[in-house]
Order: sequence, then C-alpha cells, then structure tokens
Amino acid sequence: MSIKHFLACLVLCLPFGAQAALAIQHWQTPQGAHVYFVESRSLPMLDLAVSFPAGSARDPAARPGLAQLTHGLLDQGAGGWSDTEIAHRLADVGAVLSGSFDRDRTGVSLRTLTSAREKTQALDVFMRVLQRPDFPQAVVQREKKRLIAGIREAEADPGTIAEKAFYRALYGTHPYAHDEAGEPDAITSFTRADLQSFYRTHYSAPNAVIALIGDVSRAEAEAIAARIADGLPAGKALAGLPAPVSGAARSERIDFPSAQSHVLVGTVGMARDDPDFFPLFVGNYVLGGGGFDSRLMREVRDRRGYAYSAYSYFLPMRKAGPFQLGLQTKAEQADDALGVAIETLRDFVAKGPSETELRQARDNLTGGFPLRIDSNRKILDYLSVIGFYRLPLDYLDTWVDKVNAVDVAGVKQAFARRLDPARLTTVVVGPGAR
Amino acid sequence: MRSLWGILLAVAAAGVQAAVTDVTLDNGMRVIVQEDRRAPVMVSQVWYRAGSIDEFNGTTGVAHVLEHMMFKGTKDVPPGEFSRRIAAAGGRENAFTSRDHTAYFQQMQRDRLELSMQLEADRMANLVISDELFAREIQVVMEERRLRTDDQPQSVVYERLMATAYQTHPYRRPIIGWMDDLQNMTAQDARDWYVRWYAPNNATLVVAGDVKSDDVIALAKKHFGPIPARPLPLRKPQTEVEQLGGKRIVVKAPAKLPYLLMAWHAPRLGNWEQDREPYALQILAGVLSGNDSARLQKSLVKTSQVAVNASAGYDSVARGPGMFMIDATPATGKTVAELEKAIRAEIARIQKDGVSEAELARVKAQVIAADVYQRDSLFYQAMQLGEYVTAGLPPEALARRVDKLREVTAEEVRAAARKWLNDDRLSVAELAPQPIQKQARRAGVEGMRHVN
Repeated sequence: MSIKHFLACLVLCLPFGAQAALAIQHWQTPQGAHVYFVESRSLPMLDLAVSFPAGSARDPAARPGLAQLTHGLLDQGAGGWSDTEIAHRLADVGAVLSGSFDRDRTGVSLRTLTSAREKTQALDVFMRVLQRPDFPQAVVQREKKRLIAGIREAEADPGTIAEKAFYRALYGTHPYAHDEAGEPDAITSFTRADLQSFYRTHYSAPNAVIALIGDVSRAEAEAIAARIADGLPAGKALAGLPAPVSGAARSERIDFPSAQSHVLVGTVGMARDDPDFFPLFVGNYVLGGGGFDSRLMREVRDRRGYAYSAYSYFLPMRKAGPFQLGLQTKAEQADDALGVAIETLRDFVAKGPSETELRQARDNLTGGFPLRIDSNRKILDYLSVIGFYRLPLDYLDTWVDKVNAVDVAGVKQAFARRLDPARLTTVVVGPGAR
Repeated sequence: MRSLWGILLAVAAAGVQAAVTDVTLDNGMRVIVQEDRRAPVMVSQVWYRAGSIDEFNGTTGVAHVLEHMMFKGTKDVPPGEFSRRIAAAGGRENAFTSRDHTAYFQQMQRDRLELSMQLEADRMANLVISDELFAREIQVVMEERRLRTDDQPQSVVYERLMATAYQTHPYRRPIIGWMDDLQNMTAQDARDWYVRWYAPNNATLVVAGDVKSDDVIALAKKHFGPIPARPLPLRKPQTEVEQLGGKRIVVKAPAKLPYLLMAWHAPRLGNWEQDREPYALQILAGVLSGNDSARLQKSLVKTSQVAVNASAGYDSVARGPGMFMIDATPATGKTVAELEKAIRAEIARIQKDGVSEAELARVKAQVIAADVYQRDSLFYQAMQLGEYVTAGLPPEALARRVDKLREVTAEEVRAAARKWLNDDRLSVAELAPQPIQKQARRAGVEGMRHVN
C-alpha cells in the first residue's frame, strides 16, 4: 500500500466540525430596499445578488420582450463605460457578473474575490451597471437582433415549442402566458426610451431585494447595500400581478418533424405563499419530483422504457405558477406514454401516496436538507428567494419540521384542491401531432 | 435551532492547506480524499477508467448502456433498491459516462458514507444484467439519444464533426453510441463490458467533504478491499494518424439558424511538469473568448456583428488526443462563409501580432479567481480530481495548475497558435438549416399513428 500526501493550495477550512444555525441578518435601507446577509468567512470571496420584480410578467401589454431586453442591456454600457470596458474591468480582477431572468424576477449578481483591489473594482463596475445603464442606441439595435436570433433558433427546438404552447394554453390573457424572451415583432419596435422607462419604473430601490454572502463584516455589508440602494431610481413599489384563473381542459397538438414527441400536461398550480406549499411539494416527490424514486419515473421509464425523463413539479411563483408533468418519447408511442402518465396522475390524485411512499419522501427531503445549503451559491439563491417572496426569516430553520409535518391525508387533500384531472391542459409537439 | 451549518464559526484559517490523500489499496483500487469542512456533507464518486474510448465498432455506446444497467440490481440488492436506499438516507445520486471514464456518485450527509461505499462495492462485483431489464433499458437509452442528439441540430453537427476530424482514434465515436449499434446491442454486450472493466484495479474512489481521510480509507478497505483484482485487457494506443489537409462537412437538418464548428487537432496534457503547449492553448482559449469582450465577442459579435455568438474551447485533460474548437452562429443576413473568414482573421492576427500583456494578465486573473470560486462547490472539486486521475495525471497536476498557467508567456501563446491552429489540422462543419416541414422527415418510421 502506497500513501502519498501533498498540499492542495488555499483550501481554507477548520480542523473541527463547527456547529451553528444559518444566521440570516435582515434589514431595510432608508430607500426601502430589503437586505439579507450571511457572514461566511471560509473563502476569500463575496457573492452579491440584487433582485427586482422586473421579469416578463411585467412586460407592458403589446410589448412582450421589453423586460428581457432591458435586463440584458444593463451591462452593455453604463455610466459612460462601453460594454467592452465593463467586461474588461470585471475580467481584470477575476470578477463574474451574471444575470437571472424569469417571469417574476430578474437578478443581477456579482462574485468577486475580497482582496481590496479586486473587491473595490468589481463593486465599482457592479454599481454602475445596476444604477447607470446607458442603453446606447447602437447597442440596443445589436442586442435586439441577438435576442430575436435566439428566439428564432428556439423555434426549431420541440421542447421549447411545447413549453411556450403550454404557458399560452394555461395562462390565456394573464401576464404569465407569453414567453419570457418575448415576440420578435414587438422587439423590433422597442426604442431606447422604452428601455429607459422600463428600467426607471422597475429597477427602483423600493422594489430591490439585496442578498449578500461572503467574507465581509456586517458593517461592510451594510455599506455595500446602502451604496446599492442609494444609486437606484427612487420610484415606488409596483402593484401586484392579477391572479390567474384555472381554465377548462385544453388539448393542443403541434406537428413538428422531430424524432420524439414532447408531452406536457398540467394546470395552474400554486403561488409561493400558498398554505398548501409543503403538502404539494412533498407529495409531488412521490408523484414525479423524486427522480428514480418517483411513480412517474417508475411507470414511464423503468416499467415501459418509454422515456429518458418523466417528471412533475409545482413551480411556485408570485401568483399561482404551473403544475407541470412532462416526458419525451418517440412519436409512435406518444399516445401510450401520455396515457400512462395521465393514469399515474389520476391514481395519485384519487388515492394519494401510501404511508411508505410518503415516509420515503420525507426521509429524502429532510435527510438531504444539508445539501441544499452546502455552498455560498446555494445560500445566496435562498436569500434572494426569501427576500423576493417575503418568506419568513426562519424559513430554512423550520423547513425540516414542515416537511416532517406533512401526512398522507394532507397530501391527498391538497392535491384534490389543486389538481382536477378533468381540467388538465395537454400539449404534444412532434411528428404527426395535429 | 437546527445544528446544520458551521458557516459562522468557520473563521478563515488563511495559510492552512488541506492535504489531498492519495492511497492505493492492495487490490489496486485507488482512493483519493479531499477534506473540506465547510458543510457537514460529502460527495463520494467511483470512477472507472472505461469510457467510449475503450469501445469497439459495432458496440458503440456500451460504456454508457452499462452505466444505466448499474442501477438494475445485484445478487443481494434488487432492481431499484440502490436508488431507494440512497434516497431514504437523504442522498442524491447519479452517474455519467464520458469518452474517458464512467463515474457514479452520491452526495449525502457526512455520516452516511458507509452506505454509499457498501452499495458501490456490491455493484462493482455482483451486478446482475437480466435480458428482460436490458431490453427495456436499451429503449430508454435510445430515447436519450433522440432527446440529446437526434433532435438537437448543433449536437448532430458536433457528433458528425468528431467522426470526421478523428480518422483512426476512438474519439471519433459518440459516447451515446450510433443508433444502429444501440438497436443491435445485446445484454451480453453489456455483461462483457462489465466483466472486462469493472474491477477494483480499474477504479478510483474520490471522496470530498467533511470526512477524515483515515476513516475513508478504513471504510474503503472494508468494503472494496475484499474484491479481488483482475487482469485488465491490454490497452492499445490507437494513435490518431496525422491529418494531411483540411476537412469540411455540411450537415443538413431542420433548423432555423446556421451554425459553424471548427476543430483543430491539439495536444493533451501528458507530462504535466514539462509540457508547455497545453497551458498556452488554454490561455489562448481565454484570450479568444474568456470574457464578454474577449477577442471573438468583441470583434465578431460587437464590432463587425457578423455573429450572434462565438466561443472557443480547449480541454487538455484527457486520455486521448485533444481538439481546440471554435463555434459560432452567424448574424441574420451573414453567411457561414463570412463568419469563418472573420474567425480566421482573428486567428491570423494572434499568429502575427501575438497577444497583449493586458490580455494575458486578464486571463490569468480569471484563472486565479476561478480557482478560489471552485472551492465553493464540493462536487466540482471531486470532479476535477476524478478527471485528472482517470486521464493519468496525478492530483499534484491539479494543485499546480494555476502556477503552470501563470508561467505562460505571450510569446508561448503566439507560438501555440501558429503551430496548432493550422489549416492542415483543421476540420470544419457547417449546419445548413433545412425548412421545418410539417411532416415527419424520417422515411423509416413505419406505422406511425396520427394523434387527433
């Protein structure tokens, strides 16, 4: 037996297992921005994310795509610095600027080293991008073309076609209905003034949620948050979105020359603050959220070899997000696979999970809880979600207990309230589907 | 209050350097441990040095098919039970197959390592591949191929270009396998593969997380130690023949936008202490597309606007010969030919004038920072160790990687670009989008029912 030891560089860790709860610090800046902070000294780096209610659900009527384009242009020219200057200043100090975008929420985040020069320069760029985007005319034209090209390219992807059709069918005239990227015709018409106006209204301090985790003190986190909020447009908090209504059963078939048919089934599901959140979340583990441990995977994949992936999920959003069940299978067996999936869903809604299945779900979710917060990146995401959706500060501390409190009757009742198998929307995209 | 996270008390102990332990058991199984106490969790990965590189014509994809069958039960653990037990313990698990290796992993709380080892050791030695479960699972694999390759035009371009750029080396074959080979694969093919390669002396256990290396080694001895070593087949070098001139293919597929993929033969990292070119080529890839205003983005996407996106990539850590690749999508109204010309002009500029000190410093700053950022992910740390080791590189090569990249000079980057980005070593693929017709394009699909 040969043993070799050698040194790996710069892993900063302790020789003992320290035990403490995840202490989230929360405060509000004078401008009204909510701040969530976790001090983490184990790596010399800082993660920072600022979220706004500026996703595609906020696209003005007849302007689908404005939210996405505005978000994409923030770092393409700001405070007099060109896109290239911004990119180089970040890269010069190894900082990474990234964005996130969905129907509810946009985010701008920064990861930087906490050594003085690196941190100072990275934060300077971050402030400018967030607070003083220029939306230069030529860049607006360029990025409109790129956004449209991306939309066109996705028109050849059956999965994307299915996803778009699913949201349209489910949400009708609600702002969640249209695709996040928008519509090419509308995008072509956007002007610089449209972008500036959308930015001023939506990226304002009272709408901002600031999340920080890393190698900085509370005092420094306060200073960074204050600097962010101070430079944002003043504005006021936005009004809420309308509540979506669950419609009648719909079925849509889109003919497409792919090898597989993409099948999506669903209904309007739950909002982030739904009192049924935990019964639906835990119950769905048994139905189609638990991967190889779920009924859908067992019935569709293991027993019949129909698909590589078969799943279901509730996407909790500001207003009720979708419940979606999905699979992809070769076209000639799409109907059979869809039948199996629907039957699995019906049976689950009618009878609920068994005690054994539900115990397994709880065991996996609670036993796996530490994996949900085992990195700064993951904690940062939780801080943003807790802040954006105004979840209680002890959300993570009570999470395991709430999962453990879910019982069979609770799951059955919650699913019965949310999922009416007679009112499901079905979308099939594939060859011969018409 | 839940006692789960040590973040507040984990005060930085700057200068404390964590050792990677690298041990070989008596039966030839290697065990590598990276201690990291940031969170009370661990990841455990078993890497087999068996990937598509080791396959033969006629059974392409068998490495990956076997990966699927590894979840289908052993003498003592019935089908589905492996995943059920890991899930019950709060674990996440999966596996992946690449050209060079097949790896299986579990992420769990730190005190559940033994369960993962017990189950992995069992399926290393006692797998049962039934004809019935194979027949179903091979259908799943074909669906995976349809999903990830057949219906993804850019994936088809990549697959066909690899089959063109490599003429003799097994990297010419897709990891997922050719559809015809999957259709004709038998359970016995999978059994043969398992017997040939799934031995402790062809495996490496990588564990990273809040564990003690002595404990990990003791557990590895207990569970994997009793599995006897077996003679492994002789591996032939299968060296790629020298390319004697440029190659060019067109791929026609239903798509909306054209796409361009260029691949030059490039070296792999062999002798990590003495090789210079692989490090220089990695810096070159960073100069070309390492940030949002690197050369390709700035010149092609932002200034001339001939492309909507463009990027360069190079991976030196592999068992077989490497490729330096550039891919790009032309802007509306621009042709693939115009795009290729613009890319070639960028390369020629570097070959002639080299790169600036500012560019070099920028790429190095990103490398140094990324090395810190990576430590936020336990899984990624373990992945890197596994990749290095299966590629035949010692963990020291990973630990010294940043130093080696920092040593690269501007002149070395220019020299590498001149030597390797050479037209005679280049293969080019173009995606020629075909109209998306409202009918099935596959003549071979018989008996298809229309869905109403």
